[in-house]
Amino acid sequence: MTVLVTGASGLLGGAVAALLLSQGTPVRTFQRRPSGVPGAQDELGSLTDPAALGRATAGVDAVIHLAAKVSFTGNPADFEAVNVEGTRALLVAARDAGVSDVVFVSSPSVAADGTSCAGAGAAPAAPERARGDYARTKGLAELLALGSSEPGFRVAAVRPHIVWGPGDTQLVQRVLERARAGRLPVLDQGTALVDTTFVDNAAAAIVAALHRIEHVQGRALVVTNGEPRPIGEMIAGICAAGGVRPPGWSVPGAVARTAGSMVERAWRRSGSTQEPPMTRFLAEQLSTAHWYDQRQTRELLAWVPEVSIDEGLARLAAHFRAPGPRIEIRTS
Amino acid sequence: MVALPGVDPSWSAYLDVPSSASADNPGTVRTWHYLDNAAALRESGTEVRGTLLCVHGNPTWSYLWRTLLPAGTKAGWRVVAVDQLNMGFSQRTGVLRRLADRVADLEDFAAAADLRGPLVTVGHDWGGVVSLGFAHRNRSRLAGVVLTNTAVHQSPTRPLPAPLRLALLPPVRRTGTQTTTAFLDITHALARPKLTPEVRDAFRAPYRTVASRKGIADFVADIPRDRSHPSFPALTEIAEGIRTLDVPSLLLWGPHDPVFTETYLEDLTCRLPHADVHRFEDAGHLVQEDADVAGTLFSWLQARDVAADSTGRTGAAPAVGTGPADDRAFSALETRLTEAAAADGSSLAVAEMDAGRVRRSLSWAGLEADIAAVAAGLARSGLGAGSRISLMVPPGVDLTVLIYACLRIGAVIVVADAGLGARGLSRAVRGSAPDAVIGIERALAAARIFGWPGRRISVEELDPARRRLLAVDTSLAELRTPAGAPADVRPPQPDADAAILFTSGSTGPAKGVVYTHRQLSAMRDAVAETFGIRPGGALVAGFAPFALLGPALGVASVTPDMDVTAPRTLTAAALADAVAAVDATAVFASPAALRNVLATETDLSADGRAALQRVGLLLSAGAPIPAPLLERVQALLPDAALHTPYGMTEALPVTDVDLPSIRAAAGDAAAGLPGAGNGVCVGTAVHGARVAVSPLGPDGAADGEPTTEAGVSGEILVDAPHVKDRYHRLWRTEADSARTAPWHRTGDVGHFDAAGRLWVEGRLGHIITAPGGVLTPVGVEHAIEEVDGVRLAAVVGVGPAGTQAVVGVLETDPPLRRKRPGLAEAGLAAGVRAAASAAGAELAAVLTVPALPVDIRHNSKLDRARIAAWAEQTLSGGRVRTP
Repeated sequence: MTVLVTGASGLLGGAVAALLLSQGTPVRTFQRRPSGVPGAQDELGSLTDPAALGRATAGVDAVIHLAAKVSFTGNPADFEAVNVEGTRALLVAARDAGVSDVVFVSSPSVAADGTSCAGAGAAPAAPERARGDYARTKGLAELLALGSSEPGFRVAAVRPHIVWGPGDTQLVQRVLERARAGRLPVLDQGTALVDTTFVDNAAAAIVAALHRIEHVQGRALVVTNGEPRPIGEMIAGICAAGGVRPPGWSVPGAVARTAGSMVERAWRRSGSTQEPPMTRFLAEQLSTAHWYDQRQTRELLAWVPEVSIDEGLARLAAHFRAPGPRIEIRTS
Repeated sequence: MVALPGVDPSWSAYLDVPSSASADNPGTVRTWHYLDNAAALRESGTEVRGTLLCVHGNPTWSYLWRTLLPAGTKAGWRVVAVDQLNMGFSQRTGVLRRLADRVADLEDFAAAADLRGPLVTVGHDWGGVVSLGFAHRNRSRLAGVVLTNTAVHQSPTRPLPAPLRLALLPPVRRTGTQTTTAFLDITHALARPKLTPEVRDAFRAPYRTVASRKGIADFVADIPRDRSHPSFPALTEIAEGIRTLDVPSLLLWGPHDPVFTETYLEDLTCRLPHADVHRFEDAGHLVQEDADVAGTLFSWLQARDVAADSTGRTGAAPAVGTGPADDRAFSALETRLTEAAAADGSSLAVAEMDAGRVRRSLSWAGLEADIAAVAAGLARSGLGAGSRISLMVPPGVDLTVLIYACLRIGAVIVVADAGLGARGLSRAVRGSAPDAVIGIERALAAARIFGWPGRRISVEELDPARRRLLAVDTSLAELRTPAGAPADVRPPQPDADAAILFTSGSTGPAKGVVYTHRQLSAMRDAVAETFGIRPGGALVAGFAPFALLGPALGVASVTPDMDVTAPRTLTAAALADAVAAVDATAVFASPAALRNVLATETDLSADGRAALQRVGLLLSAGAPIPAPLLERVQALLPDAALHTPYGMTEALPVTDVDLPSIRAAAGDAAAGLPGAGNGVCVGTAVHGARVAVSPLGPDGAADGEPTTEAGVSGEILVDAPHVKDRYHRLWRTEADSARTAPWHRTGDVGHFDAAGRLWVEGRLGHIITAPGGVLTPVGVEHAIEEVDGVRLAAVVGVGPAGTQAVVGVLETDPPLRRKRPGLAEAGLAAGVRAAASAAGAELAAVLTVPALPVDIRHNSKLDRARIAAWAEQTLSGGRVRTP
């Protein structure tokens, strides 16, 4: 059985590909840059290129689709093209190629509405209520993917919440960069309880979804470490692992959310391609509770997280202490 | 009808009904709108037990009863909720319909709608009167009566409630009720908590135009304010007629009602003495919106087996909690008191301390004579068997005399602790609806301010001006003065009510707990036998609930110089003075009092220290006492056996444990005896009591078969002759607590160890249902309190049942420098997490606060419900407030 992993140049995609390979499953990857996963067969290309998709899906049995435009801000049309139309094209190509199983990697934000969420299950995606283009387009794509599930072409969606780990260029790197530059506020007092997922656990859950597809087809499952923590404590833990002083100032969440919206609009008008310092989406993520009921997920996937948060933070610290290549922390 | 929240459009129906009301010409047909679950019942295939005929009041409509329809479908009851004519979506007849017309209307509707089988009437507000009129005249099919905030009688000597008087003023009436929506708006604003805009709109839906509101104005105009009113005869006929109703009856009441006040509830309970009553403490006039009326109603129908046969005559069923008449041997609570008065009359019976000296005392003969005099005085002033008398008197000689005098005449004493605070106390007094309040001046002032019901009797002699101001009827001194014919004092029946004691309110609003005379005597026997207290000794009564037992035990009792409502005011010197004054061999004190005794130990004189060394027994109840504290008490009272019984207002006491047993239990826990640990060891059942637990399911519900198996956690159950008879006017609470006969469910969670000792883990309501399983807080809290830097810990769950996140909330040692609650500092959090993990709990968050909220009465029970609510809010994000 060969598995196509899209988006394998990212932290989670790379971990999924590596895990499959370690289990003896041949892996083909598909993204614009080389995956850097030893042993994987890279097929380079874009989700917007049907011919490339045809090449990527030819001869594979299953697809794990992680590639997406992930950002807090940007041109709505780009999100639409990659996340919605790209997924649609991939599904078509996969079905044409005789693929039988698909795991669509999604995000709990597809069902979030900006209010706090404590111990909830996986509600259906609600793109009409989504906060921002990323969540909206991922939600549309998830509905598309799950809607196409049928016997012979089984599709499941897995929604890991806030994935982090060594090599993370999203959460970890941003937290450390901003903390080092003194630009990372803790919203309110950082007491919002937030679920996160250590990268190895998320990868294992995604692969489990493929193995257990007969139990999870047509469903969306939220995946987390099942160890919610106050966001302030989580950020402090990441800073400590990276050897950076944790942020010491706090901003009321409501102020940050309003400011985030304004910054977001101004940034978009300025045409900058950089991420803005604070967006409304980020402010909401950092100032409201986001934790989930994991009982059904664990039962359906027959999976439990192997790496605890404390163990994950220890691995992160070891990664930063180790000599050799590591992500560069820009201070500007 | 348009779609409305909570209403299935298929319930809505219209029916043309020939009218027999005298307001209508013969042959008139009226169109009724009503809600009906008949179709849903047919669809579900449930066997139909009977029909609830629900009648709304003014200015609502059948929408008020919407929650009853789905609940009825589930329980096999047809629910028909009408819109009265001129109201709701029923026809606007253009004819003023008076009470008699409305009763006839309802009969016409019931006939036309072909309501078959047993019928239960359900009414609210003025609809309650109409439904009772129907019930009164249609007894052959009547299976039960349910009433919610209503009234059938207006005393000619009492004014109408102020809001109604206002509404009836001619200029206000038309404008307030019809021209504008003021009456609607005011009624809807009575909901607690307030209605959502959607529901408010639904209530207003049939009353959008001035013309559609004429029925509201007419309804108000038909309130019989005095004898001359055209509807007065009809109302009187109903009010008197229902006295002979013998079907099961249920009164569901929201006390926060400015119009249908508790006076009307009291009146209804006199007319329907067999009725079950449930007061929803926080609810108001729109009790259907505020509280679970549907759930309570259907569980009552089930428990009372209403409509079990076609006639439904089950009205003679005993009230929940009261068994059949009991002919076991009975010795009245006062037996040993009268024996002592006869045998040893001159020795000391009761005393009060003041600044190191005995301020006031009575011998046994003197006590007996004073009780007899006060009892006669009470009887002369018209109080007697069944009268409820609220005693607002601090512990001491007067309180002792009053308690035994009231019991002697068969009155029911109502005792609520001033520790409840003014509002809590006021709620408790109003809810018990006393016939008289006997109190010190401060209490009578509160009675005046808060408008407590009942005549007022002062303990002190007040000057005439104060007396008038406080509307005081008579005084204790006047009661004592013999006058006129000797009073007719007959001993009470053993199974008659004797006392209503209020719970501390640490777990919601204070609940009234009813004891019979037999149960009070059993409480005396349990204490005497368990602690070996024989007549002839002397005790210091520093703990209010047991203070009343001294004379009953035949033991002299002395009240130390302290504010018994604030246990922390007992000093070591005051305790020693009290012990020395009566040569006390026993001391009853609360844990908070003992803490202060230890804190003031250095002020003790050599004589005081010597007096304390002669004490042979110390009882401390009310809250758990940490072993180190007990060890320090033992050093102060070296010869005393230290007992810390466990119990609650509903069962005093349940178990007992002494210091050597506590030490042994701790040793067993360390040695790994099965079941030992995870909680506070409270020992074994007291004399006459049995204890078991009802095991917890994975959802935290205690529904397992009672067991005493070691290590099995469950709700603690107790069965004893001194367990309460029932809760006062809390039918559902009583039914829940007594659902596993003969056990009383305590609401506490615990387990047994292999040596048969009970360990208390916390309140059932404080159970944490984490994904890993059910967790009780006390054991984890104790483990956390061992961590350096922690003074006091609470462990609570946040989030939905079954997948809760576990949170530790700490008071730190030293206290927080900036008094700001928030996340614990990283090192402390790590230590606390490790300690909790070793005790079986994985903490999601560790929070620190300047002070954890504890309940007022015991000053030591954590208010975990409040802490959990605070933690939930804090961890959902947003600004951190103080708990």
